[in-house]
Amino acid sequence: MTHENRKVDDVTGTETTGHEWDGITELDTPMPRWWLIVFYVCIIWAVGYWVVYPAWPTLSGDGERGGTVGTAGWTQYEELEEAQAEIVARRAVYQSRFDEASFDEIRSDEALYAFAIAGGKAAFGDNCATCHGTGGAGASGFPNLNDDDWLWGGSVDDIYQTIRYGIRSNSDETRFSQMPAFADMLSQDEIVKIADFIVATAAGQSVLEEGQGLYADQCSVCHGDTAKGMQDFGAPNLSDAIWFYGSSQNEIVAQIRNPKHGIMPAWEGRLSASAIRQLTIYVHSLGGGE
Amino acid sequence: MSDTTEPLKLFEKKERIFPKRVWGKYRKIKWVAMVALLSIYYLAPFLRWDRGELAPDQAILIDMAAQRAYFFFIEIWPQEVYYLTGILILAAIGLFLVTSLFGRVWCGYACPQTVWTDLFVWVERIIQGDRTKRLKLYKAPWSFEKVWKLSLTHAVWLIIGLFTGGAWVFYFNDAPTLLEQIVHLDVPWSVLSWVIALTGSTYLMAGYAREQVCTYMCPYARFQSAMFDKDTLIIGYDEERGEKRGKHKKGESWEGRGHCIDCTACVQVCPMGIDIRDGLQMECIACGLCVDACNDVMHKLELPEGLIRYDTTSNQESRRKGFAATFKVLRPRSFYYATIIAVVGGTILYGLLTRSETELHVLHDRNPLFVQLSDGGIRNGYDIKILNKTHEDRVFNLVTKGLAGATIRVQGAGHLDVHALTVFADSVGHYRVFITAPKPAKKRAEITFILSDTSGRAQQFYEGIFMSGRP
Repeated sequence: MTHENRKVDDVTGTETTGHEWDGITELDTPMPRWWLIVFYVCIIWAVGYWVVYPAWPTLSGDGERGGTVGTAGWTQYEELEEAQAEIVARRAVYQSRFDEASFDEIRSDEALYAFAIAGGKAAFGDNCATCHGTGGAGASGFPNLNDDDWLWGGSVDDIYQTIRYGIRSNSDETRFSQMPAFADMLSQDEIVKIADFIVATAAGQSVLEEGQGLYADQCSVCHGDTAKGMQDFGAPNLSDAIWFYGSSQNEIVAQIRNPKHGIMPAWEGRLSASAIRQLTIYVHSLGGGE
Repeated sequence: MSDTTEPLKLFEKKERIFPKRVWGKYRKIKWVAMVALLSIYYLAPFLRWDRGELAPDQAILIDMAAQRAYFFFIEIWPQEVYYLTGILILAAIGLFLVTSLFGRVWCGYACPQTVWTDLFVWVERIIQGDRTKRLKLYKAPWSFEKVWKLSLTHAVWLIIGLFTGGAWVFYFNDAPTLLEQIVHLDVPWSVLSWVIALTGSTYLMAGYAREQVCTYMCPYARFQSAMFDKDTLIIGYDEERGEKRGKHKKGESWEGRGHCIDCTACVQVCPMGIDIRDGLQMECIACGLCVDACNDVMHKLELPEGLIRYDTTSNQESRRKGFAATFKVLRPRSFYYATIIAVVGGTILYGLLTRSETELHVLHDRNPLFVQLSDGGIRNGYDIKILNKTHEDRVFNLVTKGLAGATIRVQGAGHLDVHALTVFADSVGHYRVFITAPKPAKKRAEITFILSDTSGRAQQFYEGIFMSGRP
């Protein structure tokens, strides 16, 4: 500030700042004193805050995760833990009821059902979505869990069994099936004829007799006389609109020659019993549950 | 300009103002306004309004826990908070309109800061006496009298503050229930903290800060000048008539001098501590107390009223030029403000009158967009939300139209029927719905959801989509 130029304005009786622009000067109206007091109080408050609450980072990493602790002993981490403990306690009420209830009871109880869906959805996102997709829609080689076509059955008990022990997993109880590779057993021509028969069956067209004969000899043991599949062996339905490894003649030929086999891990032991039951209800609720 | 000799002064001590008692037309209006406004504030939460068994019967209630706001016949849900926005716009523009017409009458008569300050000054006067006595007491050394008078004043202020904070929480809780809780000293901590905070702020703002709030804190006081023009009503001192001011002895001639006898009655009564004879100042809240004070003096001198009065700048100018006084209430800006008020008010009213008691929202699944079924059909999933804003439980029937062969089912606990969906009173029903149909020709087919109430109330429609291929 240029103190030399400070003058008192005649009209207001207030000092000017000493700045002048073409004869226009700036008034230096004094601030109210209470404002100054409030400012000082804020500074004192801030110092008090440092003492009472965690405020300063420390180089040593001691104290509350690398900072001063504060005399009040309060931390956000503790607050978080308390809040989480509260949620666990609130959930425990439903958890114990859920654990004691049968699947039928859960499915007819609104609160337990909602509890299962919420927990199942979270568990699905964490564990199942990697292969089956976040919406459970699957991909080629990974079953869509929304539809009404089930390789190993779509009832609650079937789904529960599948999730617990997996498919071709390392569990002793695993569901297991293996389609033989027909590349060594049949000629390419025969394989193509079977594929043509399957394509025609699925499309509802008149069936080729030659292919039908080959199918009856080679495939019907597992896939059934009418190509409806057999859930006991995990043999897919070949007569519907849903395809696991593709519906074109080429893709079917490839699958007959040298079949691909997916693996689903067993979740028992990896997830809690409750989580598996919640997942069962959730998967069953996606729309295709039987 | 004169050279400064005083030391630099960066901060200014607040000068205490001791407004003198005054009686007159505007003081009367202020008393009436104060009683009316404070009565509304303190008593409104106790007004009842019957809304049936399942809803609160408090006329004005903001129920934070249940997320509902009630105002007599109006009831809004959180997503309808735009009504509140509308009301705030109305309040702001209403203030603009009043300011453009009558100047700062809001500040002078209706602003809570003014009303409570006025009340506090009244308490101060009843206990400590009028201006001169208060001044004397202020300057006097500490004595028993000073201690008890000041203590009593502050105690009464705190009690008023307590009532102010106490009344505030009634707007957010059932008033009679809360009153009983307060009487039994069984008050929830959340309520108590509000009461304490508002008691403190009332005590601080009306007891200490007073005119400092208007001068330094209030943004509205500052930007009101943007609404001022030559025809805005202001408090004006008639300089032509008043000057040259000076002491006057009874019987002396008024020739060659002004009518202002420099008694400073106008300065002594001013709650803002200004001298209105210096012209319009930003501190002036247009309360008219100086007008009352001056008119009183004029009566005693047997001179006409109105040396200080509600006036306009253009009136002052025309008088100076010898023209008749003109008072232009309606100006273009009055119409602009009135138009905005009419449009916003009309929109709110239209919204409230056409507000539906039922709402249907349909959210199509994003993942998966659609599901291929084994028989070649397609299934789509939807989250359905049914808002039942009435105060009775209702049962709804949901059907679809516009998609050939569509069947609808609801997924949930127990055995739900899509044609009998229960939604409880004043709540949102959430249902998971699947629609199955033979594959439509279009990848993105349109489908209309129709919700009807089994009691035969108006139907709700929702235009949705049915996907059968990736877009």
